[in-house]
Amino acid sequence: MAELKPLEHRHYAHCESGVVTALLRCHGLDLSEPMVFGITGGLTFAYIPFIKITNMPLISYRMLPGSIIKGAGKNLDVQFRTRRYREKEKALAELTTLVDRGEIVGLQTSVYWLPYFPPEMRFQFNAHNLIVYGREGDEFLISDPVFEHPVRIKADDLQNARFARGRLAPKGFIYYPVRVNPSIDLREAIKKSIKRTVRMMLYAPIPFIGVKGIHYMGRQIERLKIREDPRYVRLFLGHIVRMQEEIGTGGGGFRFIYAAFLQEAGRLMGSTRLEEASRMMTEAGDMWRRFASACAKACKSKTGDFDVAEIAQLVQKCAIQEKHVYSHLKSIKL
Amino acid sequence: MGVIMKISEVPQDDIKTLNGVKKALYAVDDQGCYAKTTTGGWEAEEVVLNQVIGDFDEKAGETASRVRNNETSPIEYFMYKNWMDSPTLAQAMGLYHWQVKRHFKPSIFKKLDDRTLAGYATLFRTSVDVLKNFPGED
Repeated sequence: MAELKPLEHRHYAHCESGVVTALLRCHGLDLSEPMVFGITGGLTFAYIPFIKITNMPLISYRMLPGSIIKGAGKNLDVQFRTRRYREKEKALAELTTLVDRGEIVGLQTSVYWLPYFPPEMRFQFNAHNLIVYGREGDEFLISDPVFEHPVRIKADDLQNARFARGRLAPKGFIYYPVRVNPSIDLREAIKKSIKRTVRMMLYAPIPFIGVKGIHYMGRQIERLKIREDPRYVRLFLGHIVRMQEEIGTGGGGFRFIYAAFLQEAGRLMGSTRLEEASRMMTEAGDMWRRFASACAKACKSKTGDFDVAEIAQLVQKCAIQEKHVYSHLKSIKL
Repeated sequence: MGVIMKISEVPQDDIKTLNGVKKALYAVDDQGCYAKTTTGGWEAEEVVLNQVIGDFDEKAGETASRVRNNETSPIEYFMYKNWMDSPTLAQAMGLYHWQVKRHFKPSIFKKLDDRTLAGYATLFRTSVDVLKNFPGED
């Protein structure tokens, strides 16, 4: 094991990019969170009507959980040691051994079992990432990237959180870098990852992904007007906003964190056109927030006197704006 | 509601659902440079979260009276109380959906073995006693 820099807790927008950023820094590769999020290809849009979560379609503004860790392996030349477990006791024993010898590790957990989360946030969500950086007796020292300060957790609670069942069950998933290349060519990585994101957002082969997926969601909202039940309409709109704005998204469905990445990348590569793309993406994020604001207003309305067609229009505008961004990115010779 | 993502205009609504927790996010300063900043939350987030919690609470309330009328078991009540629906509950328990639905039947529930009950109790962050002696009021 190479000598690790001690973990310095920092506050991040998103759990997985936060954990990966912090782990890489301990191993001598100091990147910003937006850089890690962008290079690992974290951004997407997906509206999958046939996968239901509490009776609502799966909506995601970012790639599948675990993809930032995988992306770091692919695009940043980092080698992670990863492991899932069948036996809980073995997972705890290994974690204890690792942190006691000074390793700093990432874990996948369920927020339902994390006592330090605000009570209102403790839904069945099994893909929350956090860092364990030490142990004191029965308590593990946790650096949770979406919290301002480090926290502690009892071994029992941590075990529950690591072995929650259901969708995206963590199965004790643990990961930490074993080899990091501190002199990685960021320019190459940036080029590759932007190309990949653009291709996915513009040319996904199915209509539920990328710009097409955003248009599709707009049409689904438009169709809500034939629904008799205003309660369902409100829950549906609320569901979208939660996926877009809740803790871990950085607001605007990850668009601002991606805009921050584009700006940093533009400065690094001396490309004013990339910085222009960043401004365009910021605008897309603002449009998403205008949409969220309209949805929240509809949710608050007791009478149901809101116009879903107008709300659907706001989504279509987001789709058009995002299409501009990716087309612009595509036209840049990097 | 401010919607332009400038640091000076990031919403600071100190929403109750965040319980004092601050979130980090990226926003632009007056020069147009992105920087990390924090927020006490946005009212829109709170509205939609309270809405879905309110929906579950309503369902729990309706279910409580159905438990009292012996039309369903306390499992269904605690499911809503913990913001799950039946497919989610089945997954979290590692059971089939039909098994969970069956456990909603009061006659079947009364015959459930202690191990299954303990499994439910752990998931619902309560005790077998509470499950067995449904409080009846809420």
